[in-house]
Amino acid sequence: MEPATRLDNNHELSLHDFPYIIRWRDDRCKRCGRCTAVCPMFAIEPAVMVQRVLRSEGSLPEPKAVRRVVTIIKQSTDIGKYCTGCATCSLVCPNDAIEPEYNPRHKFIFHKNKGGHPYRRGGRRNSPGPSTLDRLRFTRISMLTDPALDAGRHEFRIRTYLGRILPAEELPVKVVGGRLEVDRKSGKFIPPVREIYPVMIGSMSIGALSPNMWEGLAMGITYLNEVEGMPVVMCSGEGGMPRRLLKSRFIKYFIPQIASGYFGWDEIVRAIPDMIEDPCAIEIKYGQGAKPGDGGLLMAHKVLKLIAEIRGVPMGVDLPSPPTHQTKYSIEEAVAKMIQSMYMAWGFRVPVYPKISGSRTAKAVLNNLVRNPYAAALSIDGDDGGTGAAYNVSMDSMGHPIASNLRECYLDLVAQGKQNELPLIAAGGAGKRGNLAANSAALFMLGASAVSIGKYIMQAAAGCFGDEYNRCNVCNLGRCPRGITTQDPRLYRRLDPDVVAERVVEVFKSLDVELRKIFAPMGRSTELPIGMSDGISADDPAIAERLKISYVC
Amino acid sequence: MCRLVAITSDEYFSPVENILALETMKEGHDGSGMGLILKGLGGEFEEMRDFPILSGICSREGINKLDSYMDKVGFRLKYAWTPKTRHVKGIEARDYYFARVYDYPDVYRDRSFEDKEALLLKTRITLRNLGRDDESIIVFSFYPDIITLKEVGDPLQLATFFGLDKSPLKAKIIFAQGRQNTNYAINLYACHPFFIQGYGTMTNGENTAFIPIREFLSSRGFPGYIGYNSDSEVFCHILHYICRRLGYPLFYYKDVITPLNDAEINMRPDSEAVRFLKMSLRPLCIDGPNCVIGFTPDGTCFMVQDAKKLRPGVVGGVAGKYGLMSEECGLDSAIPERDKSKDIFPMKYDMVIVRPGAGEVEVWNQLHG
Repeated sequence: MEPATRLDNNHELSLHDFPYIIRWRDDRCKRCGRCTAVCPMFAIEPAVMVQRVLRSEGSLPEPKAVRRVVTIIKQSTDIGKYCTGCATCSLVCPNDAIEPEYNPRHKFIFHKNKGGHPYRRGGRRNSPGPSTLDRLRFTRISMLTDPALDAGRHEFRIRTYLGRILPAEELPVKVVGGRLEVDRKSGKFIPPVREIYPVMIGSMSIGALSPNMWEGLAMGITYLNEVEGMPVVMCSGEGGMPRRLLKSRFIKYFIPQIASGYFGWDEIVRAIPDMIEDPCAIEIKYGQGAKPGDGGLLMAHKVLKLIAEIRGVPMGVDLPSPPTHQTKYSIEEAVAKMIQSMYMAWGFRVPVYPKISGSRTAKAVLNNLVRNPYAAALSIDGDDGGTGAAYNVSMDSMGHPIASNLRECYLDLVAQGKQNELPLIAAGGAGKRGNLAANSAALFMLGASAVSIGKYIMQAAAGCFGDEYNRCNVCNLGRCPRGITTQDPRLYRRLDPDVVAERVVEVFKSLDVELRKIFAPMGRSTELPIGMSDGISADDPAIAERLKISYVC
Repeated sequence: MCRLVAITSDEYFSPVENILALETMKEGHDGSGMGLILKGLGGEFEEMRDFPILSGICSREGINKLDSYMDKVGFRLKYAWTPKTRHVKGIEARDYYFARVYDYPDVYRDRSFEDKEALLLKTRITLRNLGRDDESIIVFSFYPDIITLKEVGDPLQLATFFGLDKSPLKAKIIFAQGRQNTNYAINLYACHPFFIQGYGTMTNGENTAFIPIREFLSSRGFPGYIGYNSDSEVFCHILHYICRRLGYPLFYYKDVITPLNDAEINMRPDSEAVRFLKMSLRPLCIDGPNCVIGFTPDGTCFMVQDAKKLRPGVVGGVAGKYGLMSEECGLDSAIPERDKSKDIFPMKYDMVIVRPGAGEVEVWNQLHG
């Protein structure tokens, strides 16, 4: 007698426990096998099954039951081979015969910890609802008492500053012959400041990103600067940059990032004597909004030749970035010294700023940086940011939304009169639902001097499949079906860097038009409306009260 | 949109001239307020130029509070002027309008003018706060050689109400505004012209960048940067901040409120300094639509436009008398004998300046510095 467990399939999962269920249409499928070949999770496989078919072949109905073996596409119920819903199968199917369907009643999260290993993934917080930023509207519309501007006719300057800005009282200027002159003898340190486009591409490393993806972004950025005259900049992420880029004149459009693993910095430091231009800035990463307080890990299988060369490490080894900088014991001393050291490396010509996760403690960091004359900005990364790899619990449950974190930091600066001295860079969720211009403009009006984007550009420029329903989100496995977050040449050759670059340019050009379409009716064109909080309203009284803006209904 | 009339002359004239000019622009103001600032005072005030004049309005209770506070601080009343008000239908008379000349407290007699100015400012703010809740004391200015009159109503009716047509009150520089109330409640503190420590401005147009500018000024740690019942008050405080606190020449006011773009800055001989100003004073960019008419402590008058030139403004006159106004019909009323072909309509890069004595008009161009 067979044991009961075998008969009732107990301790096995059914497809209804999975987040995505494959809908496969037998009548359309021509069994070409493309879907099973591209599935990054091996969630579907060709299989055979016995079918009982009633057939009648004569002139009179004489149905006969026939048993035959047919080939089918079968979805696995192995939790390790779950369908991520990426829909690469649908993409390649010539007959529209297959597609994954979201199953809102799934129990995936209950089971995805086999072997005692918690669920790890890439992507973002699985929170599909509208973010706070999406609930803000621009309500101060200039009407007859103050004519609205014309987005197509008036001159617009959508620019911002990256760098520590001296208060007017401390400027080394003096009046000579009725004019202001810079006082060369003052000996005053004048911090370097860059004028940049206020939306920048945030830190995504070569390693986390495939070579084609990173190259596409880099080419797009360069084109925007060189051809379109839009000074969009991009942060390298931790892991260095190609040596030929470091030594090129295009390095001025990039922000090399140094993080807790210091990966790539041997190569960067060695390249300094050969650099013909300074980088735009240096970002010191202390935290990441998507996985606050957690480190990073570039898995050994992603550390191929190119990555190993750029990062200055052997091939095929895990590259963990610790959660914190091991040498940083205090913000007053160690962090200040690190900021100064980075300044020193480029002769105090390059702004250096830290990036932290959104946190209740952000104001404490901010206030320390306010007192540090070398801190060039503070980048705050909210919990709707993305990552290449993290524990699910970190992504879904840890962190602080950017809106209120930014707002309280900005108002703290206002209370101290320092709102124009230390620029705040807001990240983590801008464009979460595609509304990049609206989200960015709202962040400016809440007090951000600049906005940093990551997920948005991956989705808009390279068609990343990920979403807040946990679709795809396998960046950590190196099996990215789009070729965005993989080091496997078979996968990343799917991604054409030229197309990525073209899309980057299109995205920023259309963003620029949309920002004008927001600013013009609000009567702003010459300067970015930083802190123009009377321009926005929330549709929720609690949000309005927290952000100190008006409530509209 | 408010209507603005500023006249600067080398001879004393009556504020009625300003009011008649405002009357020609009647379509543009709704009687929600009129403000007058007189500088370079003549008549009985001419001899008392060194003594501060407190301008304001009090209720019966308020004047007692005011007197007792001024006594406490040590100010001694030297002279009090009150307009001989007449009943005018539609204008609700308040108890006591005044311009009172005080002598400084003894301990301040030999102090520097800066110290005295600080005392005057502190006193004005304290008086304002004393009367804030019950509106028993409203003070507009407390400064030597400055008289401010403000009230709700039609300018011409207010002139009759205050008896200005029969008053010997005269000055060499007079600013007048006929208010078109827009977004804000009718409040005398919202009425232009605004004044702080020798600097005065009046403006037409909404200020779209009001909140960031207000936050910036309020956080400068200077006690006088308060109020902001009107979004236009910031223009006066920016002027004070640029010229007085930072000590920059007047034309940098234009550079701050309407900063040039990078290519334009490169054309300036002082480009390096201008670039610093653009960065460090970024929150003070006004972004328009505004026409600002102002004066500085030495009696220089000026007019500037926002960078989009979205508001009207004209300067014209004859040697010895110039008008800076929001509309040409006002100039026709005040200085009909001028050569109209020489009227100046300042454009986006211009700052039109008339020095004390109103000898001539200078146009400073921002592009060339």
